[in-house]
Amino acid sequence: MTPSAPLLQMRDIVKTFPGVRALDGVTFDVDCGEVHALVGENGAGKSTLMKILSGAQPADSGEIDVDGKRVLIDGPRAAEQLGIGMIYQEFNLVPDLGVIENIVLGVEPRRGAFLDRGAAASEAAKVLGELGIALPLDRPARRLSVAEQQLTEIAKCLVRKARLIVMDEPTAALTEREIDALFALIATLKAQNVAFVYISHRLEELPRIADRVTVLRDGKAIDTRPIAQMPQADVIRLMVGRELENHFPDLPEVGADAPVVLDVRGISAASGVRVSDVSFQVHAGEIVGLAGLVGAGRTEIVRAIAGADVPTEGEIRVGGARVVVRSPRSAIRAGIALITEDRKAQGLVLGMTVRENTTLAHLGAFVRGAFVDRAAETEATNAKIAELRIRTPSAEQTVRNLSGGNQQKVVLGKWLIGRARVFLFDEPTRGIDVGAKAEVYALMVELLRQGAAIVMVSSDLPEVLGMSHRVLVVRGGEIRAEFARAQATPAKVIAVALGSAAA
Amino acid sequence: MKPDVDVKAVMDARAGDVAAKKRRNAAVRTGGIAIGFVVLVLAVNALAHGYFLEPANITNVLRQITVNAIMAAGQTFVIITAGIDLSVGSLVALSGVALAQVSNALPFGGPANFVVTLLAGVAIGCAAGWINAWPVVRLNLPPFITTLAMMQVARGLAFTIAHGQPIVLHSSVPFDWLGSGYLLPGLFGLPGIPYAVLVMGVVAIALALLLGRTAFGRYVLAVGGNEEAARLAGIDTGRVKTLVYMISGSCAALAGLLLLARFGSGAPQNGNGYELQAIAAVVVGGTSLMGGRGTIVGTFLGALLIGVLYNVMNLTHVDPYTQLIVLGAVILLALVLDALRKRYLAER
Repeated sequence: MTPSAPLLQMRDIVKTFPGVRALDGVTFDVDCGEVHALVGENGAGKSTLMKILSGAQPADSGEIDVDGKRVLIDGPRAAEQLGIGMIYQEFNLVPDLGVIENIVLGVEPRRGAFLDRGAAASEAAKVLGELGIALPLDRPARRLSVAEQQLTEIAKCLVRKARLIVMDEPTAALTEREIDALFALIATLKAQNVAFVYISHRLEELPRIADRVTVLRDGKAIDTRPIAQMPQADVIRLMVGRELENHFPDLPEVGADAPVVLDVRGISAASGVRVSDVSFQVHAGEIVGLAGLVGAGRTEIVRAIAGADVPTEGEIRVGGARVVVRSPRSAIRAGIALITEDRKAQGLVLGMTVRENTTLAHLGAFVRGAFVDRAAETEATNAKIAELRIRTPSAEQTVRNLSGGNQQKVVLGKWLIGRARVFLFDEPTRGIDVGAKAEVYALMVELLRQGAAIVMVSSDLPEVLGMSHRVLVVRGGEIRAEFARAQATPAKVIAVALGSAAA
Repeated sequence: MKPDVDVKAVMDARAGDVAAKKRRNAAVRTGGIAIGFVVLVLAVNALAHGYFLEPANITNVLRQITVNAIMAAGQTFVIITAGIDLSVGSLVALSGVALAQVSNALPFGGPANFVVTLLAGVAIGCAAGWINAWPVVRLNLPPFITTLAMMQVARGLAFTIAHGQPIVLHSSVPFDWLGSGYLLPGLFGLPGIPYAVLVMGVVAIALALLLGRTAFGRYVLAVGGNEEAARLAGIDTGRVKTLVYMISGSCAALAGLLLLARFGSGAPQNGNGYELQAIAAVVVGGTSLMGGRGTIVGTFLGALLIGVLYNVMNLTHVDPYTQLIVLGAVILLALVLDALRKRYLAER
C-alpha cells in the first residue's frame, strides 16, 4: 500500500444504458476518514456511480482501486468484503426481524449448526455501545422510526467492518434533532477513520458535514473542491451549467382568449408524497411544466388529476365542467389522459401486442355486436404506427420486443386513439434516445395546435424550460413558485426546487 | 440525413429478422405440439391393440372429460388473471346435492324442471364466485386462501344439505338425456354424440369466444398481464376479477349438474380433488400461472390429453395406483417441456 493512496479511487467509469450514457468517464476518489459529498441534478449519474461502487451494477469500463490496489467489484458481496457499505434512501431492512437480526443478517455468528443469539446480541450491543447509540434491540424493523432504521443500517455496515459508507439522501426524512444526532455520529465515525460518500440535495447541509464536494452533471464529474472553496451558489451553477440545448421545437403562442381547459382547484391527495392544496389552470394550446426534484410530489399531482390516486379534496374541471374523479375510468371519460412515468410498470401490458396495447383504453369503440372488430383495431393501430413512426414489424408484434422509445410511442398511441383534451405527461422522454425525444416534442406541439392542454412533469430541467409556456415548481407536494417561460432560468427553478435561499 | 437512412436500413433488416423469428417460433410452437400429438395417438393405438381409435372409445373419452373440461375452461379465466380457484371441486358436490333437491322440490317435471334447475345451478356458482372474489378485490387477499376457505365451506354445506347421504333425483327427462343420451345414435353406424359432450362443446366454444373475441376477454388478459396498466387504461379491474370467479363457479356448478344427470343422484363426496385436475388441464394447456396468457383451446387440449392418458392406461390395464404416478409425471413433463420451449424462444 502506498501511503499516499486514497482509500477509494474510481477512474474513467463509463456506464451506458440503451439510448443514454449515464456515466461518461467519471473519476472520483475518497480519502480515509473523509466525508465526500456528491451532488447533481436528477439523472446526473450519482446513483449509477454508487451502484457500480456497491456492486449492484457492473461498469462498462473503468478502474476501481481500494487502498491503491486494483479491485474487481462483481457483486454486493465483493463490495462488502472491501469494506464498502451502502445505505440506500429506501432502507434494506427485513421488516419483521428485530434490530439485532437485521444488524447481523448474512453474517450471523454460529455455534455449530445453530445461530448463536447471544453472540449476535453482544456483537450488536458492542457496535452500538461504542457509538453511544440506544436502540430497542428486539423491536421489529417495521416498528422503528426512520431515524432508528437508519441507525440500524449504519450498525449493519459497521458489523461488516465497513471503512467507506455511502449514504443516499440520509436526511431527507429526518427531523432537525435527528439530523444533528446523525451528523454527530458521522463525526465520531470519521474520527475512527471511517469515510463517507454523502449524496444530498440539501446543499445548505454540506458545509456542516462535508470535507470535499464533487458535482456531477450529465454523467461527468464537473468539479471537485474542498467545501470551503465551494459556495452554494457555485454548486448550483455547476449543477445546471448546461446551456439550454436548442433541440426543442418552437411552441405556438397561447392566444390571449384561449379558454381554460384544465382547472385544478385546491386538490389534495395522500398516496405516496402528500399533495396539499394544489391549484392551477391550463389553457387550450398551452404546456405547463411541473419542475422539482424526484419525490417532490409532481407525479402524485398528475396521478390525482387522472384518478390514478383518488384526490381527497378539491375540484377538477375540464372545459368548465366539473369532473368527479373516482378512478382512472372517470378521468378518461372526462377527456384526461395520463401518460405515466414508468411505461413498463404502468403504461403497457408487455406481453400483449402493439394492437392490443394501442386499443386497450378505448376498446369499447372497437366492439361490433358482441365481439371486438380486429380489422378495425388493426387499421387504427396501423394509422398510429405510421403517424408516430413506431418502428415495429407489424401491429402484431409483442411490445416487450420493442425499444424503449418505440414502447413510449405505443403508450402515446394508446392515448391519441381517444378524444382526450387534457394530456398529463409524466417524464415523457426518460430513457429514450434523442431522435425519439424530438418526435415526442413534435407530437406535443401537434396536440397544442389541436387545442389540447398539456401538463408535463420532467426532471430534465432544460426540457421543462424549453417545452413549457409556464413552469410551476413543486416541493413537498405544494406548488412553491410559478415562472413564465421568459422568466424561468435554471438557477431560479433549482433554487426553489431545493428550497435554497441562495440564487 | 445520411445516418437516418442507415438507421432505417438497419431497422428494416431487424424487422425482417423479427418477422422470420416469429414465424420460426410459431412453427416450433404449433408444429411441435401437432407432431407430438399424432405420434402419441398412433403409439397409443398400437399399445391398445387398435381399440383406442374405435368410435365407441373416442366417444367414451370425450364423455369422460366433459366434467373436467368444463371446470377447467372456467378455471382458465381465473388463472389468466394470476388467480386460482380451489373451490370448484367442492362446488361440484354442493351443486349436485342442492340441485337434486331443487329439482325434487319443484311441482313440475320435464324440460321446465330442468331449465329451472340449471338456472339454480348458475345462481349457486355465481354466488360462490362472488364470495370468492370479494376479499380478493376489496382486501387484496390471496385467492389461494379465499377459495381454499370456500372449498371447505362448500364441502361442509354439501354434507349438511344431504345429511351425508346421496340425494336421489326423481325427475328423469331430460336429465337422462344429458346423463347418458346420444344425439343421432346409429347414424352411419356410429354411436352418435353424447349430449354431455355437446354441452361441453357449446360451453367451450362460448367461453373461447368470450376470452378471445370480446372486450371482456381482452380485459381479463390485460388484468393478468399488468393489472396497474389495465387500471390506468380505465378498466374496472375489480369487476373483471369478480366476473372471472363467477364464471369459474358457474362452470363448476354446471359440472355438478352433469354428474347429477349421469348418476341420477348427487353425493356430497363428489368432486373430491377435481380442482387439481382442472388446474392441471389449464396448466398443461399452456396457460401461465403468472397470468396474462392462456387460451380455452389450450385448456381443452390439456383436458383431452389427461383424459386420453387415463383411457389408455385403463385399456392397457395399468393399475390405478400406477396411473396416479404416470399422470403426475406427465403433468410435470408437460410443464418442463413448456419451460424449455419458452427458454428456447427467449434465447432466439
